[in-house]
Amino acid sequence: MVPELAMTLDHPAIARLAEASRKVDLVCGTVLRSNDFQYFNAAIHLHAGEVAHVHRKVYLPTYGMFDEQRYFADGDRVRMYEVDGIRHGILVCEDMWHLSTSYLLAVQGVHVLTCISASPGRGVLAHAADDDLRSVAAWDGLCRTVAEYTTCYVVYCNRLGYEDGVNFHGGSSVHGPDGRKLLDAEEERGLVSVEIDMREVQRQRVATPLLADERVDFTLRELRRIVDEQVDGPY
Amino acid sequence: MARGETETAAVDPDDPALVLEGSHEPIDTGELEVNAGLVESILVGFIRDELTRVGFEKAVVGLSGGVDSSVSAALAARALGPENVLGVMMPYRTSSAASLSDAEAVAEVTRIRTTVVEISPQIDAYFERFPDADRTRRGNKMARERMTILYDMSAVEKALVIGTSNKTELLLGYSTQFGDSASAVNPLGDLYKTQVWQLAAHLELPEQVISKPPSADLWVGQSDEQELGFAYSAVDRLLYHLVDRRVGIDELVEMGHDRGFVEAVYRRIRVNQYKRRLPVIAKLGVRTIDRDFRYPRDWGV
Repeated sequence: MVPELAMTLDHPAIARLAEASRKVDLVCGTVLRSNDFQYFNAAIHLHAGEVAHVHRKVYLPTYGMFDEQRYFADGDRVRMYEVDGIRHGILVCEDMWHLSTSYLLAVQGVHVLTCISASPGRGVLAHAADDDLRSVAAWDGLCRTVAEYTTCYVVYCNRLGYEDGVNFHGGSSVHGPDGRKLLDAEEERGLVSVEIDMREVQRQRVATPLLADERVDFTLRELRRIVDEQVDGPY
Repeated sequence: MARGETETAAVDPDDPALVLEGSHEPIDTGELEVNAGLVESILVGFIRDELTRVGFEKAVVGLSGGVDSSVSAALAARALGPENVLGVMMPYRTSSAASLSDAEAVAEVTRIRTTVVEISPQIDAYFERFPDADRTRRGNKMARERMTILYDMSAVEKALVIGTSNKTELLLGYSTQFGDSASAVNPLGDLYKTQVWQLAAHLELPEQVISKPPSADLWVGQSDEQELGFAYSAVDRLLYHLVDRRVGIDELVEMGHDRGFVEAVYRRIRVNQYKRRLPVIAKLGVRTIDRDFRYPRDWGV
């Protein structure tokens, strides 16, 4: 199914969405085929009629109910990009669960981190989460944490509906750079909106200068040491 | 012997190790408690979506008077409207009178339509030729007869058959293959029996349906828990840790489960794996159904 659904950036469907992006920016998911016939689980930011950015999903879940490495090639970069002076970053679903991805975007100075997902709803035990599915509660905690500790806006958009017995439970949200939830779409299908203001990012980064104080060189040196020790250590 | 299938009976009910873990006092299944409102909304949406996406508006459910089929019927009624659900009662002449009256009580509270199709004539006609057939053969035959009736009714109704197999019986293989285990859409397959009871209470189904001892009622006096050799509460608690939480056998024993019980249940899950899969296909070509021809069931709809 992946090769059948895959498209390239010049696909008419993307052109149509790009046309729509003259009114409002769009972030959408697709299966992208590269010219050497690799298939990527990708997200595209469309702005003013053009493709502003493509993110190829880095972390392809292949465990439990997931099979992505069977079908997709993995992306190898997480890049900040600017649109109208605002610094953006995009992640796809499982990417977000690896804290390194949001860290990498944060140290590139991203203001708005957008994550799109088709996250299956699961976990109905009463003790696992108050009123929500365990998976919905987990996403909520993750988005809040990433927003608060990267001091970015986190825009999260999750699929709704059913497929093959799996439910997709929505829970799309926007969290502010202080971790506050500004929008919760819950299980509703529809267009929801909230105003976000980059001066809020600025204020939060003055109040809590985590990024200004961040020691990337230290992190890098320690990571290098850890990798070296793993390579040099007993197999 | 289960609801059929002697060949898969892995548990000896006379094994003293199995009779019964915790049978002397109620077993706390609190950790299996589900958020029933959430489960209801997911399953109602699931039934509605799975039927409407393939162009159906109606459902058929075999109504036995037991808790599983009652919950399936109640969920289908909420998903599709009670007028779009047909509960089919299919008694055999030895079926308990309570089975039929409980099924009627469920139909009344869920307001679904019902019909009664007696299966005695065809079952008796068949076994006239095999008078020595044991009760497992007879039970399996009845379960499969009921399945063919449900599928026939579904053709009349332009409906799909809603399943009633819960996770406990699917894991234990405690069902008749192509009989009660057959359906188009199964809302209960990821709920343990004790969770089905909890959902039944949440759905306000008749008390007697929830509190009576579970039975397939394939022969007089049949009881699930006697036949299985353990209480649902005990096995559900074990299955939750073994399957959902992937706790190993040694650790389960450390947690206080009887080793003989754990190993018997684990073996039962393994030997019944075939019942949970399509018939195995001998691979010949380069692209074989269910092996490398892999598409979702909802492919293209």
